[in-house]
Amino acid sequence: MKAARALILACAAALCLAAASDPAERLPDAAQEAHARELFRQIRCVVCQSESIDESEADLARDLRRTVREQVAAGRSDAEIKQFLTTRYGEFILLKPPFSGATLVLWLLPAALLAGAVGVLLAQARRRTPAEAALSPEEEARLRALTAANGPEMASTSSHDGAEDDPRVT
Amino acid sequence: MTAELGAFSLVLALVFSLAQAVLSAAGRVTGAQAFRRAGEGAALAAFLAVAAAFLALTAAFVSSDFSIAYVANNSHTDKPLIYKIAGVWGGHEGSLLLWCLALTGYGAAVALFGERLPRNLKSLTVASQGVLGVLFIGFAVFASNAFLRLPTPPVEGRSLNPLLQDPALALHPPFLYAGYVGLSVPFSLAVAALIEGRIDAAWARWVRPWTLAAWSLLTVGITLGAFWAYYELGWGGWWAWDPVENASFMPWLASAALLHSAVVTEKRGALPGWTVFLALLAFSFSMLGAFLVRSGILTSVHAFAVDPTRGVILVGIMLAAAGAGFGLFAWRVPNLAPGGVFAPISREASLVLNNLFLAVAAAVVFVGTLFPLLFEALHKTISIGPPYFNLTFAPLMGAALLVLPAGPLLAWKRADLKGVWQRLMLAAALAAGAAILTLALHAPIAVFAAIGVGLGVWVAVGALLEAAQRVRLFKAPLAESLRRVGGLPRGSWGMTLAHLGLGLFVMGAAYETAYRVEAAEVLAPGGSLRLGAYVLTLDSVVGVAGPNYSAERARISVTRANGAPVCKAEPERRYYPVNRQQTSEVGLCFKGLNDLYVVAGDARALPNGTEGRLIRAYWNPWVRLIFLGPLLMAIGGALSLSDRRLRLAAAQRAAPVTAEARA
Repeated sequence: MKAARALILACAAALCLAAASDPAERLPDAAQEAHARELFRQIRCVVCQSESIDESEADLARDLRRTVREQVAAGRSDAEIKQFLTTRYGEFILLKPPFSGATLVLWLLPAALLAGAVGVLLAQARRRTPAEAALSPEEEARLRALTAANGPEMASTSSHDGAEDDPRVT
Repeated sequence: MTAELGAFSLVLALVFSLAQAVLSAAGRVTGAQAFRRAGEGAALAAFLAVAAAFLALTAAFVSSDFSIAYVANNSHTDKPLIYKIAGVWGGHEGSLLLWCLALTGYGAAVALFGERLPRNLKSLTVASQGVLGVLFIGFAVFASNAFLRLPTPPVEGRSLNPLLQDPALALHPPFLYAGYVGLSVPFSLAVAALIEGRIDAAWARWVRPWTLAAWSLLTVGITLGAFWAYYELGWGGWWAWDPVENASFMPWLASAALLHSAVVTEKRGALPGWTVFLALLAFSFSMLGAFLVRSGILTSVHAFAVDPTRGVILVGIMLAAAGAGFGLFAWRVPNLAPGGVFAPISREASLVLNNLFLAVAAAVVFVGTLFPLLFEALHKTISIGPPYFNLTFAPLMGAALLVLPAGPLLAWKRADLKGVWQRLMLAAALAAGAAILTLALHAPIAVFAAIGVGLGVWVAVGALLEAAQRVRLFKAPLAESLRRVGGLPRGSWGMTLAHLGLGLFVMGAAYETAYRVEAAEVLAPGGSLRLGAYVLTLDSVVGVAGPNYSAERARISVTRANGAPVCKAEPERRYYPVNRQQTSEVGLCFKGLNDLYVVAGDARALPNGTEGRLIRAYWNPWVRLIFLGPLLMAIGGALSLSDRRLRLAAAQRAAPVTAEARA
């Protein structure tokens, strides 16, 4: 664990500047440079924690930026560049996990949860509505008694009436 | 002596917490008032004992008592007083003590201010807080004691990490922990209600103020952390979807959902099971956050404390507490009375949608944070960074924001969507206009930024429209509207403020992320660089001596392109000799909602042989909204908290009203 602590302190010590804007590293072609910067934000500085190579001042991040810039300048596609990086460093280097195999759970989870929750809600609504929507004869009688006694203001749904008057609650 | 007093007080607090749990539970079982009172007294005593321990540690920090290992590791005689005090919670042991202080503080608050709670519910709530106290104070005493002495005290301490020596970060942990631990009260209330087997409107009314307080404090804490990251880490980022940030965001999302579902349970008696579930979940996420940050399991920029054995104990505490809560839930929830019924178009339904999106969003953050750990256990590695969250979290929140303005305008039980739409047309028109303007005025077309700005305007204007309709602005005479402003419950103003703050935050976040401008050059004194409409000239670089650091300060004049002066920025590059660490202090110029953000980098040789400095500068448009919005949300929460209806209990409140009505 000593090593982990040292790593964290080392990372904290290397100032987390958006290092990629360094004029010494820039590509002469502005469009290519902008494109390289966009790629940097999707690539992890693998020795730092939760930092892209766009932000990190670590030596490895600098090397990776040079590699990516060279390949962008050489006209290689994004897919080729990412492929090159993952064969060297593994999928760990991509900040966006791939859409395949074990990570399917990760990508499909939000939609699956939403669909499941909507399904449960619909099923509940269908099951409960017919039984509870209508008032029982006793409730109807009580309602008539209440409205007769208190006049029309009881019909309002302001926050002053509410659950505490509801016979189902308590 | 202070260390021994502190250690003794902490053991005393453990005994009091145990007494609090046992006596309160005995009070519930036997019904004896003496036991109940004794349990409440023990809760108060436990808080006073932890407070004494906390004061003892603070005194040790202020007097730089390096015979205490924790002080020697986190303090230094040269540190300014404020950072000596902030050092108390700068490390693992001290932050746990802060956690215990908040936990016993909330327990004492329930004992003192809970006089209108049903007696049995109160006794069980105090008992549950006592059990939590035993778990966490026990951990502090036996596995994480801040008062251990060193056999040979060093002459000087190792000081606090310089990155943490900052006003915003000195205040960040107290707010965050007060928020995290504040959620223990809804948790204990849920446990107590599940044991009693009764979840009703009165219970929901009791959950709300505690949740509001915890949520508001958590909002302030997270915002302070984001603000610190923004100006201290030196690249202008305020949220990185770092696991430690996510750890604080999960309880925030869960408590935001709880706030809304508790309203439904209170007003309509609906969703009782779901509200209880959220109350359990929110504090479970808090404990998960404490575990993730303090165990060092996620080594990230923020994880400044690392210790695996403690992590195992923390995970045990978390599983015991959350497991007991959810176990009770699984046992009791089938017997709960079903809640009230409502139509698909109603305020209840809109709040259910809100909860649906918030809960799924919390699940996304949970999975995105823990999935890499699971992978690591299988000896594989994976990174889940901002691109994942942008693709999953953002659309969920977008959907929630789309529904939001309609919610407060819908009637309970059954509502008329057409009427609501007519009342929101102005907001929709303004939102569409803002989105189109954003697209038209900026050269690189950023569709998501336009959508974000549009949604922000939709939410903010929607909140204002709802408030305007409540006071009948322009419909009634102005005097009548003003009278109504004072007459409306503070809770509804709190909601308006919180929703307005959320809208402003969304506008700022979308706009800043898409349209920030960046420039960097190596400059010799007299040299300048261009940043958008501004010119930055390096006047000079001077040496400055701080209390515990030395610094190089770059003096930079900012002018418009025509030479008109705008402001001065003075970024620093600091060196802390004790930690042998370099940090950067950003130079900021406020321009309304925008920031001009200047960072001084290292010395570099220019092509002509002279020495220059690397100067980076950013134009961060609307960035202030990102911090002002959440602040407004927290103020809204505090305003709601001051509402009479939440402070007084149901019985007390209802009686005089009905008496008047019948008279």
